[in-house]
Formats: sequence, structure tokens, C-alpha cells
Amino acid sequence: MHPRDLLNEAVAGLMARPVRSALTVLGTVLGITTLVITLGVAATAGNQIVGRFDELTATSVTVEVPENPVPLVDWADVGRVTRLRGVVSAAALAEAKESANLSVRSNDIVDPTRVTDQTLTVVAGSPGLPAAVKGRMVEGRFFDAGHIARGDKVVVLGEHAAKLLGITRLTRAPAVFIGTQAYTVIGVLGDLKREKNLTGAVVLPPTVGKRYGLSTVTRVLVNTGLGAVELIAKQAPAALSPGNEALLQVISPPSPTRARDAVEGDVNALFLILGLVSLVVGAVGIANVTLVTVMERVAEIGLRRALGAARRHIAAQFLLESTLTGLTGGVIGASGGIVVIVAICAVKQWTPVLDVRLALMAPAAGAVVGLLAGLYPALRAARMEPVTALR
Amino acid sequence: MPEPVILLHDLTKEFPADPPVRALSAVNLRVEKSDYVAIIGPSGSGKSTLLNTLGLLDRPTGGGYRLDGIETTALKDRARTVIRGSRIGFVFQSFHLLPHRSVLENVMLAEVYGAVPRAGRRERAMQALERVRLSHRVGFPPGRLSGGERQRAAIARALLGEPSLLLCDEPTGNLDSRNTDAVLDLFDELRDQGMTIVVITHETEVSDRAGRRVRITDGVLTEE
Repeated sequence: MHPRDLLNEAVAGLMARPVRSALTVLGTVLGITTLVITLGVAATAGNQIVGRFDELTATSVTVEVPENPVPLVDWADVGRVTRLRGVVSAAALAEAKESANLSVRSNDIVDPTRVTDQTLTVVAGSPGLPAAVKGRMVEGRFFDAGHIARGDKVVVLGEHAAKLLGITRLTRAPAVFIGTQAYTVIGVLGDLKREKNLTGAVVLPPTVGKRYGLSTVTRVLVNTGLGAVELIAKQAPAALSPGNEALLQVISPPSPTRARDAVEGDVNALFLILGLVSLVVGAVGIANVTLVTVMERVAEIGLRRALGAARRHIAAQFLLESTLTGLTGGVIGASGGIVVIVAICAVKQWTPVLDVRLALMAPAAGAVVGLLAGLYPALRAARMEPVTALR
Repeated sequence: MPEPVILLHDLTKEFPADPPVRALSAVNLRVEKSDYVAIIGPSGSGKSTLLNTLGLLDRPTGGGYRLDGIETTALKDRARTVIRGSRIGFVFQSFHLLPHRSVLENVMLAEVYGAVPRAGRRERAMQALERVRLSHRVGFPPGRLSGGERQRAAIARALLGEPSLLLCDEPTGNLDSRNTDAVLDLFDELRDQGMTIVVITHETEVSDRAGRRVRITDGVLTEE
């Protein structure tokens, strides 16, 4: 039997009952559409998440320094991190529970009729802090090594803290009072893109912060160049505290690839099951309809056997019919799935991510489902004795 | 001396039951080329069993059957299928035309499974339809043909590939007298052209037109 004859007979067999064939195809269409949407949306969503990993998130490393009888990181150690290749800026920060809510005033007059003090967080920071928090000095300057070395009683206010305290300009060297201690405000730090909570804080030089329990470094903020974050996350602990790197906790952004894979994995796992269930339902539909068709076409099978069709010809025809049903469902399902993905992306304003292999594999999957579903009915048709079929 | 088209030797067919049902009992039959044989007998006499056996649709349980000189009883299923497709043409009472295919496509179906090349199939099918005077209905679906036309289409299909033997099972059973005459005239023409025809029938009108009549009763064949 010529393959073209086989194809002609199979197509004619399907077209003889167009409505039934269309309904049978529908089962596979639903299954393949669900699969394609699942995989396509997962890939698109994963890509979307990668897109959200902007430069800020992808270049920030924080090293947390736990409390230790002997300080694990000294203020000067930050310099070693700054010298690491790939580090753009770094600064140390000291935060303490006892300095988290201190009373800060902008003058020393205690007026019982008014609320003149603000409860603010007081921290100590190293000179590289404005760059490390990706902010800028909206007023004045940040303290330098000289201020620290001399133990100058100066502070830098976060922009919001300055507003609360009513300090808008520094031309008259305003002072703030933490408890009874006066400090000259030399700068206002604003536009923070990282550690935004510092906008409401008072930053002291490390040498001054000792009074408020801010003597030891609790966190080191590091900014890296793009692509260097994973390497710096590994190197920074050793640079900060050689021999104690295991005690330091590094917080770095997850790898975008891993994040995408994780999201895809989660979405896939959930919806793949749904898609596969739909496919199985489609396969059962094809198997059922093909079996019914075989039973209805007993006389035709008998005629074909009388005309010289071997058992394998009968089996091949029914297998090809079910495979074509699955393939048609696969092609329509894949097309429908792609249209749905594009529609979702249009609504969500995402960039659709479609794997070309998916578009090719989906019809193939439909064909395989059809082939498998047609196996039993085809074998049953082939086993039919011609004399029985013609009776 | 040329081999007969059909040579049955003590052919027996039993169906499993308790006790076994013997449908054909030591049947001997010799049919030469261009013979036109009618096998007649009442219902349940074994006519259909004999036709199925002659058409290699069923296997005998005993005896021998030579078709065109080939001993067929020991042949495997595949070989029997090839012989059936190439040497035997079937005409059924209920026509067995595929309703969703045209007359021409129904006729061409006879060459789909054989080793005949695809090239020229349409022309050969057209010739077969012309032979039965149905070339004006090639594109029609069987549903739009009269009973006689349907049977002529089925005969054209049976003739495609020039079989050695035309086996007809009650070929006029579903036809009125006018169409019956037309079909029997066609058989006469085919017999005159050298075709070997075996017709199973219970209609005397049909059997009277055959050159030879064989009666089967309870599986036993007797020449009339």
C-alpha cells in the first residue's frame, strides 16, 4: 500500500464524519492549549521577574555582623572591601536597640507646653555611607575621617529627620540635641535608594556613637558593578574578617536565572498537571471515538479485507486517523495557546517569551497522544476476521 | 490441460459447538475458466460458508482448495490476503460501497491494497466503469444512484485488476426485476469475455441464467 493511499484513506475516513472528528479534535485542542499556555506563561512570567531585577537589586550586598565578645569587623576593615575588584562603594553601619528610639530635639529649651522632641533612630556610619545607600547630600556634607579621628560632635540627618526637627538650612550651623548632648548638623542625607529607613535617622561618626552603644559594626553595605554581586558576596566576608567569614551572614539577591527557574518551576508544576490531565482526557476521548468508529465501520473493514487489505493496513489506517486527529488538535491547540499567551502579555504589558521548540513540540505531542489513543482501537480493527466483519 | 480456476477436494468446514456443526461436508467442485456457476440452496444450507471459503475469507477445517492451481488451505493469512486482493472480485448483496466516496473512488479502492502501481489507476477505474456502463456517474456518491447502478459500481470495483474469479453473493437480492435483468445481462457479457463467475443465489431467475447449477443441501454439494 502506497503511503499516499494510506493518507488519503485516513483523511477520507475522518472527513466522512466531520462533526464527530471536530469534537474529537476539541479534546486534544484543550489539552495542548492548556499545556502551551502553561509553559508559555511560565516562561513569560519568569522573564518578567528577571526584568524586575533592576540594577539596584542586582548590585546590592549586605553583610550582617553578629554580636561577638571581640568585634568581628572593625570600622577600618571596610576599606578592604572597597578595594575588592567589582565593588563600587561600601560603608559600615552600627545600629543598636538602645539607640533605636532616642529623643532628639533641635534646641535645648524644654517647653512643657509643646512637643519639641522627636523620637528618632540614631546610628553610626562610616564616611562612605552616602554612596553606599545610593543617596546624595541634599544639604551640607557628610563627616570625614578628620571628624571621626577628632571625635567631633557632628551629625548628619536623614532628610525626613531633618524635616521633623525643622532643620531646612545649614547656613547657621544648627544643632540637635540627643538627650542633653548637642551636635552640630553638618549635612542632610536624602534621595536614598537603599536603606530608605535612614531618611528618618540621625547618623553619628563612629567615634561619637560609642556613647549610644554604637561602637561595633553591625552591618556593612556593599554596592557592586553589574554581574559582580555573586563574586563579591563570596569575597566580602573574608575581606572584612579573615578567618571569621563563616560567622558573617551575607545577604545578596538571588541569581536571576535561579529566580526565573524557580518561578517557572512553581508555575509549571501546578499547571503542567492540569495540562496533562486535559491531554489524558483528550486521549481518552480519541480512544473512545476511534473505538466507536471501529465498531461502526465493521462492514467497511470487512470490505477492505475482501479487497486485499492486510491486518497491518487496517491497523495503520485507524492509527493514522487517530494520529491525524491528535496532530490537528495539537496544531490548533498550539496556535490557540500562543494567541492566548500573546493576549495575556498584551493585557499585562509583558514581553511574550515563546520557545520555538514549544510551538513545534506541541503538535508533535498531540500526534503522539492520538497515536497512543488509537493503538487499542486499531488493534481491535486489525484483529477482526473478514468473514465476521462482512457478516 | 490448464488448471481449473477452482478445485475443491473433500472440502469440509465445521464450526465449534457441542457437537460440532458441519457446514460443508466433503465438498468436491471443479470450476473451469469462463464457467458461470450458480450455487443454489435453502437458507442455512452452507451457501455463504462455501462462498466465504472460495473467497479465502474463511478457512476450511478439512480437505483441499486450489485456486488457479495454488493450494490455499495451508497458506498463511498474509498470502491468502494477497491472493484475495489480486485474483478474486467480490460482489455483495448489499453492494458495500463507501457512502462518503464517489463512485470512481469506490472503484479505485480495489487497487489501493495491491501491488498495482498508482499511475493509471484512475484510467483503469474509468475503463471498469465503462465496462458496466456507468461512466456517466463517476463523481456521484453511491447514495444518489439507483440500486442497479450501485450494484454495477460494485461489479466495476470487483472487475478492476482483472481477477480470475468473480464471486457474487446474492447479487440481485436488493434489486427490482428491471435492475436484476440489467445485472444478469452484465454477467452474461462478462462470461462471454472469459470471466469465471460463481453466484450464490436462491432466486431461480438468477440460477437459470447461469451455465451450470450446483445445489447445496446441509453442506452436501450436488450437480444439477
